[in-house]
Amino acid sequence: MNTSAIHAIYDDEEPLLAAAKDLQSKGIKILDIFSPFPIHGIDEIIGIPRTRLAITAFIYGAVGFCLSALMMWYMMIYNWPTDIGGKPSFAFYMNVPSFIPIIFESTVLCAAIGLVITFFIRCWLLPGAAPKNPDPRTTDDKFLMIIETNEENKNNIETLLIKGGAAEISFK
Amino acid sequence: MNNLNYTFTKKNKNITIALMVIGLITIMAGFFTDHAPEGALTVEYKHTRLWANLLVNGWFFMGIGLLATFFMALQYAAEAAWSAAVKRVYEAVSSFLPVGSIIIFLILLAGQLHLHNLYEWMDPDVIDKSSTKYDAVIADKYAYFTPWFFWLRTLAYLVIWNLFQRGFIKRSLEEDIQGGTAIHYKNITKGALFLVLFAVTSSTSSWDWMMSLDVHWFSSIYGWYAFAGMWISAMITIILFVIYLKHKGYLPQVNDSHIHDLGKWVFAVSFLWSYLWFCQFMLIWYTNIPNEAIYFQERLNDFGYMILMWTMFFINFLFPMILLMSRDSKRNYFFLVFVGCIIFVGHWLDVFIMVMPGTVKGLWHLGWMEIGTALGFLGLLLFTVNRALAKAPLMVQKHPFLDEAIHHHY
Repeated sequence: MNTSAIHAIYDDEEPLLAAAKDLQSKGIKILDIFSPFPIHGIDEIIGIPRTRLAITAFIYGAVGFCLSALMMWYMMIYNWPTDIGGKPSFAFYMNVPSFIPIIFESTVLCAAIGLVITFFIRCWLLPGAAPKNPDPRTTDDKFLMIIETNEENKNNIETLLIKGGAAEISFK
Repeated sequence: MNNLNYTFTKKNKNITIALMVIGLITIMAGFFTDHAPEGALTVEYKHTRLWANLLVNGWFFMGIGLLATFFMALQYAAEAAWSAAVKRVYEAVSSFLPVGSIIIFLILLAGQLHLHNLYEWMDPDVIDKSSTKYDAVIADKYAYFTPWFFWLRTLAYLVIWNLFQRGFIKRSLEEDIQGGTAIHYKNITKGALFLVLFAVTSSTSSWDWMMSLDVHWFSSIYGWYAFAGMWISAMITIILFVIYLKHKGYLPQVNDSHIHDLGKWVFAVSFLWSYLWFCQFMLIWYTNIPNEAIYFQERLNDFGYMILMWTMFFINFLFPMILLMSRDSKRNYFFLVFVGCIIFVGHWLDVFIMVMPGTVKGLWHLGWMEIGTALGFLGLLLFTVNRALAKAPLMVQKHPFLDEAIHHHY
């Protein structure tokens, strides 16, 4: 089956949202939406699954926590036992309050940097990567919806979109 | 717009009144049974356990009303729109402030009249060089603790807080009738002014009433730590009331996003409190200067206090952190109520640990008297808030941000 993509341009987010809901309820798949500003709730309407970035952030944070705890243990307890604040206990659990700031900061650092790198890789926003935005006007004042369809449905969808207030329609 | 008017049902009234009666009976029973333990204090024992208990609850519950007022001012000054949907709830919680103020005032007045000796420095003998009670450290600080100056400050705090609280409530009700934006702009100015005054008075009041229990000791972060503790207690109270009202079918326009935002406040302020608590502890622990470390020595050398302090800290820190970290749990009523109830008790214990080692010292209990008094105060809080909720429509009527608040979504 031959599939093609319809690019529908809107002037406002309201008709776009209404059209997206309408198409979704008819079982027509919306590939993506490009908009100049974030539209709250749009991901739920077009059926994009919840992001798992938060889970990766937690994992990076946990890794940072463990690594820095290990580092502090190695440096201050094992390799060069240090008398901290006049309390020569030389035990990790006794000296842990003084390690907390370091552990905390490195947890945050690992979570933040890991998150940014993951985000860039996942979205393929690497230096020199080709831009994925099909129409530069969506960075200014237009809203673009991409719909995947086959040849038979093409005209049906087109009439639907025009009725829904699409300003411009093209086939790719 | 159904269910706009909250009714203080007979059942709720009976429960809260029963709690208050329990509290009253406990306090009276405490008054007759609380005698000096054997082989105890050198100073005269004047129902210290009972008064310390009253101070714990007076401070903790007044703090809830006070920080609800602070939250109100904060929302005005920040021109936050979402919170207009739950505005009536935190206004109702703030209505405990006048009641709490009277209680804390009476406790302090009783100290001044020497009905109790929680505050060592209220005894004039401590600056009398010929007296055996003479204390050079307190004598040095006495300029700050002179009775007229202390009472001037105390009255100033209470009057300022209550005036602002009354003003906010009054204007909020006026706005319901009048509409427009004139009152809104006035609230922004007053809110910002309150924040400035509160920045000073919240710290100094906690020095005067709480830190001075350990009068030989001081900590510059204490005011913030006490403030964060009160704030989280107030946020829990607000969110529990919102969830209760939702559960009863009120507040239909409050959606998951509002609950999520309140949940974020609980999460964030819990972190703030843990951070400040740890700042105070870590710096004192690290530098290990005797006149600073005494505060934690009193708490860590007594096995019971130590267990209570660490349990309280880890509960108040880890429960909100782990259970409220994800987006879904901040929208889940069960998690919010579960965490809220546990850290409500946790922060009560925090105030307990702030007060008891400096007052009843090693002779402390966590028994019927402490629990009964706390239940009595809880009943008083619930009674006052319920009555305040019933007084005004549960949803603001003509707030300029009302529409935006109802459509709050993300």
